[in-house]
Amino acid sequence: MIRSEQRPSEPFVAWAQQREAAQLGMWLFLAGEAMMFGSLILVAWFYRLQHPDGVAEAVAGLHFGLATLNTFTLLTSSLLMTLALTASEQASERRLRHCLMGATLLAALFLACKGLEYSLEYREGLLPGFAADSPLHLPSARLFMNLYFIATALHGVHVLIAVGLGLWLYLGFARGRLQGHQASTRLEMVILYWHLVDGIWVLLFPTLYLVGR
Amino acid sequence: MSSPSYLHRQGLLSWFLTRDHKRIAVLYMITVTFFFFVGGLAASLIRIELVTPNGDLLTADGYNRAFTLHGVIMVWFFLIPSIPSVFGNFLVPIMIGARDMAFPRLNLFSWYLLLGGGLFTLLALLLGGVDTGWTFYTPLSTMFSNGHVVAVICGVFIAGFSSIFTGINIIVTVHTLRAPGMTWMRLPLFIWAMYATSIILVLATPVLAITLLLVAAEHLFNIGVFDPRLGGDPLLFQHLFWFYSHPAVYIMILPAMGVVSELITAAGHKRIFGYRFVAWSSVAIAVIGFLVWGHHMFVAGQSMYASLVFSLLSFLVSIPSAIKAYNWSATLYKSDLTLHAPFLFALTFIGLFIVGGVTGLFLALLAADLHAHDTYFVVAHFHYIMVGAAVAGYFGALHFWWPKITGRMYSQLWGKITAVLIFCGFNLTFFPQFLLGYLGMPRRYHSYDPDLQFLNVLSSAGASILALAYALPFFYLLGSLRWGERAPMNPWEAAGLEWRVPSPPPVHNFDAPVTVDFEAYDYSPEARRDPL
Amino acid sequence: MNERFLHLWPEQASDYAVSVDWLVIGFTAMMALFVVPVFVALWIFIWRYRRGKKADRDHRPQSNLPIELAWIILPFIGSLVIFLFSARLFFFARTPPADALEVQVTARQWMWKFQHQGGQREINTLHVPARRPVKLTMISEDVIHSLFFPSLRIKQDVLPGRYSMLWFQAEHSGTYQVYCAEYCGTDHAAMLARLVVLDPGDYEHWLQDNGSAADLISQGQDLYRQYGCGSCHESGSAPPLAGVFNRPVRLSDGSEVVADDAYLRDSILLPQKQLVAGYLPVMPTYSNLLDEEAVQRLVAYLRSLPATAFGDSK
Repeated sequence: MIRSEQRPSEPFVAWAQQREAAQLGMWLFLAGEAMMFGSLILVAWFYRLQHPDGVAEAVAGLHFGLATLNTFTLLTSSLLMTLALTASEQASERRLRHCLMGATLLAALFLACKGLEYSLEYREGLLPGFAADSPLHLPSARLFMNLYFIATALHGVHVLIAVGLGLWLYLGFARGRLQGHQASTRLEMVILYWHLVDGIWVLLFPTLYLVGR
Repeated sequence: MSSPSYLHRQGLLSWFLTRDHKRIAVLYMITVTFFFFVGGLAASLIRIELVTPNGDLLTADGYNRAFTLHGVIMVWFFLIPSIPSVFGNFLVPIMIGARDMAFPRLNLFSWYLLLGGGLFTLLALLLGGVDTGWTFYTPLSTMFSNGHVVAVICGVFIAGFSSIFTGINIIVTVHTLRAPGMTWMRLPLFIWAMYATSIILVLATPVLAITLLLVAAEHLFNIGVFDPRLGGDPLLFQHLFWFYSHPAVYIMILPAMGVVSELITAAGHKRIFGYRFVAWSSVAIAVIGFLVWGHHMFVAGQSMYASLVFSLLSFLVSIPSAIKAYNWSATLYKSDLTLHAPFLFALTFIGLFIVGGVTGLFLALLAADLHAHDTYFVVAHFHYIMVGAAVAGYFGALHFWWPKITGRMYSQLWGKITAVLIFCGFNLTFFPQFLLGYLGMPRRYHSYDPDLQFLNVLSSAGASILALAYALPFFYLLGSLRWGERAPMNPWEAAGLEWRVPSPPPVHNFDAPVTVDFEAYDYSPEARRDPL
Repeated sequence: MNERFLHLWPEQASDYAVSVDWLVIGFTAMMALFVVPVFVALWIFIWRYRRGKKADRDHRPQSNLPIELAWIILPFIGSLVIFLFSARLFFFARTPPADALEVQVTARQWMWKFQHQGGQREINTLHVPARRPVKLTMISEDVIHSLFFPSLRIKQDVLPGRYSMLWFQAEHSGTYQVYCAEYCGTDHAAMLARLVVLDPGDYEHWLQDNGSAADLISQGQDLYRQYGCGSCHESGSAPPLAGVFNRPVRLSDGSEVVADDAYLRDSILLPQKQLVAGYLPVMPTYSNLLDEEAVQRLVAYLRSLPATAFGDSK
């Protein structure tokens, strides 16, 4: 199925108009996401300030090394997506596909490491609902661990969606279905989303792992 | 003969797979009407129970589930979507000279989200329901509730995305699809109101999403975030919840205010007085509305100083609303007024909104709130705004744009009767509740002091009149589809692009691209009224 | 309470209630000032400018900056004035006098429990003397409740895990209705109580008739001994408790707090929450042994300890 590239989709009358709309729409969506994660991060900070000792106990048990590796993975993935954009502007198809695939694979790697981290935490008895066996003494430490799980799981869902979007784009470009204006608009929107996902991690990582270590 | 109307193509699939904003608006209309009646049924149960001081109709638990159902359905599945998703969707593209919304498929998806979320919630509410109140205060909802808390939360969570996507669609449409010459200061005030509402939809609803997520997680896994025994804080829930829910009440009233601006100018055949003030007041309400959530928590355990700040800000947020009320009244000066049904609804709105707004200020007064908080005074206040005003706005919009949406005229007499019945029934229902509240009758009580029965009986009697008034349009509006005369292009002789396309409009709204070189509310003798 | 056909205004059981009513009346009057002209104008315009009626419709104003500013600024100034009066009253309502009579309140689904300093315990009834300030320290055992005295025009939410405060001074003897005002589950509407205000002489009689052998403080002392608190707190391996109430305490993280009611309660139920500097964090929690009322008694006892209790303090 070959898409007709003759006109922008209804109701737009010009490509610039459609592109502007797509960008504005994506920025608004990202603003909403920022409000959602922002509230969650504020909740985490609130409890940090309320229970510094419990939080310290929880944070000491987190897998700092794995998370740092994950941070680099995600940031590199974001970098590759930006390079994909450059490749697209320079009409270099092959490089574009490689950057897309690289970014997607790195995001998938992020998820794999996160899964590894969760499985380690499961074995340590830290998952919510297993409080009876929890190695953490302070109730507020357990609370902070639970917040950690919710925040990282929600973020993980967003990374999963990013992986899906990356794959969708890659296949679109590889099979020649995505071309011209529509392609670059979609690429830009996915890159914006990618940056949000890694931007949230940049805030989440210190909040959960770093401060008070 | 111009192109066929948007209602022309038949078949269920053409409706369920439509991308036409006008059809989606009609789908929403049917959906919110359904939820309105469900919520209304719950309200009837409540008012019938309250005719007698003892809890004899329902058990205590049954009553608690009834008022929870009433609140959840009315807030999230009627009030919040009502005007934005029905009239916003129908009118925003036409009013700005566009062929459709910016994201038609997202628009349809938003409808499915509301429908799905709503049906799921309704199912949960009927299969036993939830007894937490629509406000889900913790730790009651997280640790002590016996009910389908998580199921109801899921339904509301899904519907929240409908809100967010609708908001995104409206903002992007207004930014990118205005016809050439349609500058910001030439936009109808309805568009300004919808734009301001959409800002709130996009920025506030995600906070509700995370709040509900945390309540569900607490309920399922006892994560501790709102449990003091685990170091959590129940008050944190209230801050998170009201940070969304206060702006949410502006989602419910701003669109109705936009409607009233249209109704007043059309009835008076005159430009609005103080266009810029009214336009910017919508934005001011949206912005300041984010800063007042603490006025729901004056007695909750919030610090005195925080309460003082929130009280002051609450007085501030009333100013833009007052500006609107004054400007609407001033618009009627030297107007050329036709007293048709839509205008009567606008009058109903203004009268009831002023009472609701002033009593809101009463509650913003700290010392008064220490007494009136969580009593029937609060119930009366918010019903004056959300039902008296907002629903009057919705009905006003319905009566004003019905000819445009359906291509049929309805009986003016019945429309006016409905407006008057609503005004009288509403005041009889809710004014006694101010007295009940000040006398100390708390809210969410199904049994009360026998001393208070007379006022409660008055209130329930009024409710029966209201019920009749709300049911009436169902008959004469639907009846008009069969027996009403065909509507002309501009039955009200109003200004606005929507009155220069056929009733009902063609699929793509305008047969030729639109250029705008006139101001909004152009009622000068030289004003253009020819079809576009 | 009198059974009346139509009740229009609640009783005023305190001077504060009278002040609130005046505030409310003043507010209504001011609002009428700003609102009635709107209604009058609306009716006049609707009557005069109906279509078909001859009227001067020339020179229609589209906007008028002075008028706009007037109806923004004037109501705002009026609101500020009334806000200030209300703020003053609010401060008064939230600041208990130092000599107030103290009563401990515990709320639970769906009843109210009151403990007087003299050890008298009541359920769903509260006896207080007239013309003396009474301060309630309240806590919930489960969900959020709210203690509401309509005749006093006050209420305050009662939270789990945290003390909240309400104070009042009732002027006239009588019996007044008390409600739970925060939805708290199935029998929320049945969680009622009565406030019985007695003239001072009658109150003394009531105290004697209902007194228990021990007052709140000695009950607390019994608990202190029963749970062996002294084995650590009087031996030097735990912070000394003589004179602890309202004393500044240095915590292990370097910050300093004042040992108020909330601090004492948390130290008993959540000892790990705030660790005192220089001591090992070995105190066990008593949350599974002591309910809120027991904690209230212990706290009353600890508050009574002078700095010279237990002989030499280390």
